[in-house]
Amino acid sequence: MTAIDLATPRRDGGARDSGGVRRDGIRIDLQLIADMIAPGSRVLDVGCGDGMLLDYLMHFKAVDGRGIELSQAGVNACVTQGLSVIQGDADTDLHDYPSDAFEYVVLSQTLQATVNPKGVLSELVRIGRHAIVSFPNFGYWRVRLQLLVAGRMPRTHTLLHDWYDTPNIHLCTITDFVDLARRMGITIERALTLDRTGHHVRERQGAFANLFGEQAVFLLSRKPSAG
Amino acid sequence: MNAPSGSAALGLIPANPLLSDQLPGHRLDFSHDQPLRLDCGVDLAPFRLAYQTYGTLNADRSNAVLILHALTGDQFVAEPHPVTGKPGWWDMMVGPGKTLDPEHYFLICVNVLGGCMGTTGPRDLDPAAGRPYGLSFPMITIADMVRAQVRVIDHLGIDKLFCVIGGSMGGMQVLQWAAAYPERVFAAVPIATAARHSAQNIAFHEVGRQAIVADPDWCNGDYLVEGRYPHRGLAVARMAAHITYLSEMSLHRKFGRNLQNRPSLSFGFDADFQVESYLRHQGSTFVERFDANSYLYITRAMDYFDLAAEHGGVLADAFRGTATRFCVVSFTSDWLFPTAESRALVHALNAVAANVSFVEIPTDRGHDSFLLEEPEFWAVLAGFLNGCAEHRGLQRR
Repeated sequence: MTAIDLATPRRDGGARDSGGVRRDGIRIDLQLIADMIAPGSRVLDVGCGDGMLLDYLMHFKAVDGRGIELSQAGVNACVTQGLSVIQGDADTDLHDYPSDAFEYVVLSQTLQATVNPKGVLSELVRIGRHAIVSFPNFGYWRVRLQLLVAGRMPRTHTLLHDWYDTPNIHLCTITDFVDLARRMGITIERALTLDRTGHHVRERQGAFANLFGEQAVFLLSRKPSAG
Repeated sequence: MNAPSGSAALGLIPANPLLSDQLPGHRLDFSHDQPLRLDCGVDLAPFRLAYQTYGTLNADRSNAVLILHALTGDQFVAEPHPVTGKPGWWDMMVGPGKTLDPEHYFLICVNVLGGCMGTTGPRDLDPAAGRPYGLSFPMITIADMVRAQVRVIDHLGIDKLFCVIGGSMGGMQVLQWAAAYPERVFAAVPIATAARHSAQNIAFHEVGRQAIVADPDWCNGDYLVEGRYPHRGLAVARMAAHITYLSEMSLHRKFGRNLQNRPSLSFGFDADFQVESYLRHQGSTFVERFDANSYLYITRAMDYFDLAAEHGGVLADAFRGTATRFCVVSFTSDWLFPTAESRALVHALNAVAANVSFVEIPTDRGHDSFLLEEPEFWAVLAGFLNGCAEHRGLQRR
């Protein structure tokens, strides 16, 4: 079993871990994800934490939503709210699902904590017609600067843990991610970056984004896009 | 072993042929031309189904909840038991202001086929032979129990149950309902159960059955005809089974090595320890309300249950295309139906992209936790049911 520590941004509702910026009641990175999802679709939220995104999607987008969450406390809280959530692990429990079971599979702030990110990514685009993946960008300039100047493992708004107790075992940069997606034949339909305040959302995935984006949100699909 | 003390007003033992007519609740009788085709190939007829209801069926018949009882339970879910006088077995879950509130739901519970609380079972008269069935009662299965329940649901004019819910053997029936009648089940809550009975569980049942048949008073199953009763065998079966319903931690916390009404060890085989006294009490009170042959038949039905086997060995195929909303519940210290069994069920449901919630409730009280005060369990269940009621469009009064 992997240790996907959803205490990273999701379990506490994110007020502390993701820069603390909220819009319309939910965390801004979750709002960006929600905005990518068509109303009425079937959605699987992998690592759904306390169910904030699922709850929002069910009430404002009328989706048929399901969740997987590692922490049993998170699962029980979700089900108590009437959400359809099971206890499970992104690394081991995605292979059960049939292909194309969902329109969207969401993996928010969890990829970097999986044992096998490449395997998880391929499962996401198999199960869902679209996958939405968000992660902290290790190419962010403050991260680079901390390592360069202080010579210490970086700690930022999105990377809160000390090196010895971090659940984030597979950190990557936006450039790394784009490269892996390309090699796996995954189509990047949209790429958004957020700065540290979460306000400046940019639609880009190049070197500039890799330097100034603190978090990234990617909309992916398996099939090549028509454009 | 102490002999059982005197029975309450409605005695099961010795054979009380009128019991079935005296019990409170509802009865549904089927005649020779309405037989129930059993898995073993026998057409059972005539037969009677005894059931109890709480609350009122709403105008569009959409608020019915079928509660499925466990091995030694019965239809008296939330009222004093007519034989023992004890509170209903799910009194904590069912009742005004509780999770399953008769104010909102029409609650139904049917005594299982082969049972001994009004529904036809081995203690009833075999009309062809003019004597109690005993071992000539046909073998029954979990699917047979469910087929019988369908008769009651049809009789009540209910097309689709809002929810089927039950723990342990009741959970097996929940799964059978969801697999065999998916269009009639809006929500399913299998609790502390499994899609098949494990080798270890079959083994425990076999110990219980052997205790019964080894009792000379069992008389090859004809004890009612002989005017005898296998008290000791059935009590030992219950004692062994009762241990499996608890956990080491709960036994230790409840009894430790405490001595029963004595300052020191007796250097004999009396019930020196409190845990022994407790088990003897469990055994002796059980025989007052339960039929030994029913125990044989119903444990066998559980042993035979294997939902995947009926679907080419693929459990997921039992649920393919289902629109039922599932809430699978297990308890951390349940070693009789451990969480791994629930997880296997959840994997199968995921494989058909079913709508499923799965919670494991932390508790140290073992398998019986679903019958006990477990507020987190109740809260989770209430949340699930409220979510389902919203989707079903149930009007809350």
